Amino acid sequence: MIALENVTVRAGAFSLSGISLAIPKGCYGVLMGRTACGKTTILETLCGLKPARAGRILLDGRDATRLKAAERGIGYVPQDGALFSTMTVRRHLGFALEIRQAPPETIRARVAELAALLGIEGILDRKPAGLSGGEQQRVALGRALCARPSILCLDEPLGCLDEDTHQEVCELLRRVCREVGVTTLHVTHSRREAEMLADCLFRVENGAVTRVAS
Amino acid sequence: MTVAENMPVRVGTREFYRVRSGAPFIIGLCLLSSVYLVLIVALLLADLSFTTQSNFLGALRSVEIRYGIRLSLITCSITALLSLWIAVPIGYLMSRHCFRGKTFVDAVLDIPIVLPPLVIGLSLLILFRTPAGRFIERFIPMTYAVPGIILAQWMVACAFAVRTMRTTFDQISPRQEQVALTLGCSRSQAFWQIVLPQARRGIVAAGTLAWARALGEFGPILIFCGATRLRTEVMPTSVFLELSVGNIEAAVAVSLLMVLAAVAVLLLVRTFGQTVVN
Repeated sequence: MIALENVTVRAGAFSLSGISLAIPKGCYGVLMGRTACGKTTILETLCGLKPARAGRILLDGRDATRLKAAERGIGYVPQDGALFSTMTVRRHLGFALEIRQAPPETIRARVAELAALLGIEGILDRKPAGLSGGEQQRVALGRALCARPSILCLDEPLGCLDEDTHQEVCELLRRVCREVGVTTLHVTHSRREAEMLADCLFRVENGAVTRVAS
Repeated sequence: MTVAENMPVRVGTREFYRVRSGAPFIIGLCLLSSVYLVLIVALLLADLSFTTQSNFLGALRSVEIRYGIRLSLITCSITALLSLWIAVPIGYLMSRHCFRGKTFVDAVLDIPIVLPPLVIGLSLLILFRTPAGRFIERFIPMTYAVPGIILAQWMVACAFAVRTMRTTFDQISPRQEQVALTLGCSRSQAFWQIVLPQARRGIVAAGTLAWARALGEFGPILIFCGATRLRTEVMPTSVFLELSVGNIEAAVAVSLLMVLAAVAVLLLVRTFGQTVVN
């Protein structure tokens, strides 16, 4: 589960305070709001990329407010994918295990499993430069899921995709998150995306996060 | 009825709206640019026409000049490596971190670029007259010695390498490092595994630029290390010494060697630098 309790976040001169939200374990939460309303700042604070100035962040019941990003067990997919340009897709899919010094056979098995789950077996030896937008998002998702995180944070992952790919990746996200059983927070400004994906929907408005009735 | 309503709405149709040819603008740009380019090429051609193959080979046979070339190649290579050793961490820090006094630090880093070379040499000389400088010289002789040549070259070359590395890191999105942190990397792992491999072309560009700057350095070396033959003689010193005894052919021959080295290095920098930008 993901729980923010009266959290204050800040990015430069911008700040939001008293943010609270809760996403039950295994649910797909969507956080909506206008551009520059602070959605990404909330997500980055949850991931440990920005410090919470006040309040508590609970991840699966554990207080993660002061934990480093690497210790939170969160898979993070930014809007542009932010793939590592010097690495192949295969290395992306095994990177989190490689960092944890997992045995090579464990990494190989996990890469094969993720590639099959995401339908990217054919591009494992390619580098990000030659991939389409949809393929890049699949790789970014696979990279985030590599170490079997219990929480997944997606920052407008469908923002750069064309209409057909958008629909395809949307369905993939829903299927993968269900199959993996990961608790997800998906940030978007698209109502359509929210309606397609959300188990619980939140809106950032006038500096506050409110839950929208399903 | 207003004036606008009386006007025919035909703006943009072929018979009324025509754009002037861009040719005069482009020709003007080319003419202005060619003045400078022609001057550079003329300088090189003049050098080439001044010397003959026998003069050139004769200069290369001189023991002093060969010593100068060898010492230049060695000191420039060490300077380039030392510059990178410092430029990579400074460039990364300045690119990724905001801290109090950053503008001041940024300005200090540019001082070696804007200071006259003679002033750098004089400042080094004064520095090594202080107790701290004398203490260092007890272990590594600097004034009028080869390590001093490297220090004098490094003072200027490193500033250029720092600029190049900062630009390189600015062009690499910090988002990738952030993703690496969430994947389990420490800050240093994210740097070594994600940032540095992407910066490798920038590192080559910074290293070659530092090497080229070091090759052309003369003022600080003359003041700090003197111009002693077969001791502190690097290629620019050879040009100076040959000129001072009236041996212009040998001076031009060494100059041409430096031009060749500079062109080769600049081509390398352009190739790698362009890829960094892309």
